[in-house]
Amino acid sequence: MFNKILIANRGEIACRVIQTAHRMGIRCVAVYSEADRNARHVAMADEAFLLGPAPSSESYLRADKILEIAKQSGAQAVHPGYGFLSENAQFAQACADNGIEFIGPPTGAIEAMGSKSAAKEIMSHASVPLVPGYHGDDQTPALLKEESLKCGFPQLLKAVAGGGGKGMRVVNSIDEFDEALESACREAKNAFGNPDMLIERYLTQPRHVEIQVFCDKQGNGVYLAERDCSVQRRHQKVIEEAPAPNLADETRKAMGEAAVRAAQAIDYVGAGTVEFLYDVDGSFYFMEMNTRLQVEHPVTELITGQDLVEWQLRIASGEPLPQQQDEIRIHGHALEARVYAEDPDNEFLPATGTLHYLRTPEESQHVRVDTGVIEGDEVSVFYDPMIAKLIVWDDDRDRAIARMEQALEEYRISGLKTNLRFLRNLAGSAPFKALDLDTGFIEKHEQLLFPASNLDTQYCLVMAACFFSEKTKQQTTNPDDPYSPFGIQNSWRVNSEYARPLKLIHNETEYDLSILEQNGQYQVQVGDASYQVAAQLNDDKLNVIVNGHRLSMHLYNDGDALTLFHEGEQFTCEQHRENFGGDDHAGDNSLTAPMNGAVVAVLVEAGQEVKEGQTLVIMEAMKMEHSLKAPHDGTVSEIYFAEGDLVEDGAELISLNTSED
Amino acid sequence: MSIINTKINSRAEDFRANYDSMAEAVTDLREKTTQIHQGGGAKYQERHLSRGKLLPRERINTLLDEGSPLLELSQLAAYGVYDDDIPAAGIITGIGRVSGQECMIIANDATVKGGTYFPLTVKKHLRAQEIAEQNHLPCIYLVDSGGANLPQQDDVFPDRDHFGRIFYNQARMSSKGIPQIAVVMGLCTAGGAYVPAMADESIIVREQGTIFLAGPPLVKAATGEVVSAEDLGGADVHCKVSGVADHYAENDHHALEIARTCVANLNRRKDINIKTQPTKAPLYPADDLYGIVGTDLRKPFDVREVIARIVDGSEFDEFKKLYGTTLVTGFAHIHGYPVGIVANNGILFGESAQKGAHFIELCCQRKIPLLFLQNITGFMVGQKYESEGIAKHGAKMVTAVACADVPKFTVLIGGSFGAGNYGMCGRAYSPNMMFMWPNARISVMGGEQAAGVLATVKRDNMDRVGQEWTADEEAEFKQPIIDTYEHQGHPYYASARLWDDGVIDPTQTRDVIGMSLSAALNKPVGETRFGVFRM
Repeated sequence: MFNKILIANRGEIACRVIQTAHRMGIRCVAVYSEADRNARHVAMADEAFLLGPAPSSESYLRADKILEIAKQSGAQAVHPGYGFLSENAQFAQACADNGIEFIGPPTGAIEAMGSKSAAKEIMSHASVPLVPGYHGDDQTPALLKEESLKCGFPQLLKAVAGGGGKGMRVVNSIDEFDEALESACREAKNAFGNPDMLIERYLTQPRHVEIQVFCDKQGNGVYLAERDCSVQRRHQKVIEEAPAPNLADETRKAMGEAAVRAAQAIDYVGAGTVEFLYDVDGSFYFMEMNTRLQVEHPVTELITGQDLVEWQLRIASGEPLPQQQDEIRIHGHALEARVYAEDPDNEFLPATGTLHYLRTPEESQHVRVDTGVIEGDEVSVFYDPMIAKLIVWDDDRDRAIARMEQALEEYRISGLKTNLRFLRNLAGSAPFKALDLDTGFIEKHEQLLFPASNLDTQYCLVMAACFFSEKTKQQTTNPDDPYSPFGIQNSWRVNSEYARPLKLIHNETEYDLSILEQNGQYQVQVGDASYQVAAQLNDDKLNVIVNGHRLSMHLYNDGDALTLFHEGEQFTCEQHRENFGGDDHAGDNSLTAPMNGAVVAVLVEAGQEVKEGQTLVIMEAMKMEHSLKAPHDGTVSEIYFAEGDLVEDGAELISLNTSED
Repeated sequence: MSIINTKINSRAEDFRANYDSMAEAVTDLREKTTQIHQGGGAKYQERHLSRGKLLPRERINTLLDEGSPLLELSQLAAYGVYDDDIPAAGIITGIGRVSGQECMIIANDATVKGGTYFPLTVKKHLRAQEIAEQNHLPCIYLVDSGGANLPQQDDVFPDRDHFGRIFYNQARMSSKGIPQIAVVMGLCTAGGAYVPAMADESIIVREQGTIFLAGPPLVKAATGEVVSAEDLGGADVHCKVSGVADHYAENDHHALEIARTCVANLNRRKDINIKTQPTKAPLYPADDLYGIVGTDLRKPFDVREVIARIVDGSEFDEFKKLYGTTLVTGFAHIHGYPVGIVANNGILFGESAQKGAHFIELCCQRKIPLLFLQNITGFMVGQKYESEGIAKHGAKMVTAVACADVPKFTVLIGGSFGAGNYGMCGRAYSPNMMFMWPNARISVMGGEQAAGVLATVKRDNMDRVGQEWTADEEAEFKQPIIDTYEHQGHPYYASARLWDDGVIDPTQTRDVIGMSLSAALNKPVGETRFGVFRM
């Protein structure tokens, strides 16, 4: 076994690997970018080396530097995690050339699976079923169109070198083909430097079922059951589970064996995943093989009781498979939800920002949280916006779902937008519980997954009023005289009462409240309604009795802003302060960056007249483009950034004068 | 500490009758206060608001720290004194926390006669300054006043304690390091112009505040120059040209925020040189005080029952409990501050007076603030007592009270008659604060006694000339005297003339005294030097 390994990754997977390695008595070397100086994986490792600036291309993708560090630090092996260099054949080869074990498959296996069309050819020889389609090298558009017709519709255009949904288009009829091909090629070229496409039949109600396989250096292979990852959004997995529900034992066995066959066809070593499309009729087709540890590997771990990272390390160090096929047992049911910094109400736009407040559900034999961040960390524009993976386990699927719902309610984040509520709606939705699974699940049940808030606005405003009052009372205004009655912030008045006003802004609406404190209780007035409240604030938990109804809410407060958490929902509001007029009004005629990102195109020049709605600047953030449009007719007076510049959320990009000026 | 065990039965008929009568008096007080809080009334308030100004009470609420209590003073000032209604004498004064500092806030109410100074307005303003000076409280003046009320100039302008004293006080306080901050939120004419001009720091609100020695009409009359108020003394002139004001505010809210910043920059600490401790609520409900005391001054009660409902944890360590029992003395805490309590429990005898003097000496030695609970018909009279030297014993107590240089607070919880008022730290003995309950009465002697004395004198004169005087005639003679004493001894009458700092609901006594203590301790408790005690 190794004494020391280098983890060529960041975030939760780096932490995950370090955890197992430490348990096995292996020392860990971390690498980090400038943006990750204070990251959790750096703190967890025994030592850590700086790679370079934040962008991946200058840090986590710097194979040369990582190898150098591995050598310098005396690491015997490199664990690449997922993403970054995990499926980079050159890197694997470079490791081998330098006598450092690459914890993953041999170069040949990565290369074989790296090209999707080549992979399919190999699979077809190994009698692994394939979806009809074209996987050829001839990329002449005319030929592709011909093949498109042969394949039948709907079909999928996919980048040969692709992954993660980029360079992928659904084509419903031949009329759509040309346009789809052109844009998919362009996207693929940008993302992977390779515009080549493959064509596949698109199954309308398919499930995504994948098999976890492991092969050792002795040539043995096993499968560790399957995972169902059908719940996807734009081909990105959202909730994964294991075992795949409603799968006949013989199908499970057939898929498993096909997967092992596939792996052995390419002399595979280590952890791999063979992805299949599983159709309602029980047939399944090979999609692709991922030659690395998957994001969703924990669900397999929870149902098999195995530590897959440990398996990886043991196999890489030359040990045989820890278990034979007949020793592998499945217990209960596991689900994983990916907690992302994104805005589900705004087309899942990736979000960036600081995790000002972060509370995870308590971990237990039923609940596991794999994360690489702690409170106060930033989700930056540079890396994947995944905050954590929440994994639950229980005896059966229904109980596991109940665990998941509860754990999601207990997961509280403030500071940036997350998909927590969306995940909870998803996990709790009737069709999900009823196994109405296919890869179109989210689109199909959109109405159900974005319900209106159940929170009573008035009730929440009353909570907020109590919070702000209690907060005031907990502040010592004069530490020189701690017991002074002037320090009891109860708005006490001689021979009268003073109900202090409080203006709260929620969803851009102003609410006027008044709070009268008497005998330690609050009488809160919101509009015509009056609430009698006893409140008690303990750190981030507000306990109240409102008109006889006792309840508690968790909260996060930052200055005037307050977020209340209740039953998996969030309520945000802000205490209004008087505007003193005067020197502001900036921003009226300026355009600001909606998030951290890079300016990819400036479409106007200073002095140019523009029309309302005209696109002025295109920004790229979180690998997606956002157009900034003119809010009104006017003249561009100044442009503050150039193409390629990185800008911060809220930065003024352009100054625009109104036409009348 | 020993706990006062109450002997009160709140179901007793006497208690319930007392309770109802006091509750009625408190309700009346609260109604009057509510009325007074309306300032100059809806019409003038609307006019004020339409100019984009905040009402004076709103200004104070905005100026104060969020949730800060406000110990408002002399709410009943000028009540029923003038032909016109001048609520709160047109000026609101009180102590509250601003940026963590206890400050004296003095705010003109421009909805009341344009905020002009009536004689009692001046008196209330000066009293607030006196409290600020005595307790080292920073002063914040929210100025919105047309200056002296011209028809009353003879009672406003010339004397020592008239208008000019305001600026004298500002200068003297500033010299003692007591900050003076003025916020000009409206007119600030003639003498009034000196409030911001004399202040350490001043703030003026754009298009609202004006500062000038003579307004446009007077300028036109004097020199023929025609100029607008804003051009003559607005914020732009004073912040950019004259330098009379230091800070330029966009509106009232902005001005008050600047004032808060000014206070935050005072670099002051509240240097408390006595021991304080966490607060404990009394063991018994405060409104028991209604039932214990009632409004009938002839009904006696044990003052320890009152103390039990004012002090922390109802804990009271009595001093000389068995000696001079008509005066109760002892140590307690109110809102965590130590206090020595001197409370009447009957008429003052020589022993009680000596005990009082002794106890006051103890408190001064130990720098313990004093609380006087007055319910006194006077010192004992009669040949026996005169010959025992009640006058010199009383004098000892008066000397002790007069010289005691610890914070002193007086609450009239019943009668305050004659020399008893002196020995129990009446207004003339400069208590830091003095309050009355609605049932209290104050006069040189009780109405009955005064009528009796006068009737006796008259009967003696009539007897001398052999005239008859029937009982009915005597009663007819006495009634107007009794009525006058009742009227003039009433707390509203007293408070209207600033003989106290306010009439308060008995249930608020603990808080009022707690805040008064807190305010007083902004000045470190000093050393006392007593005069000659006649032995």
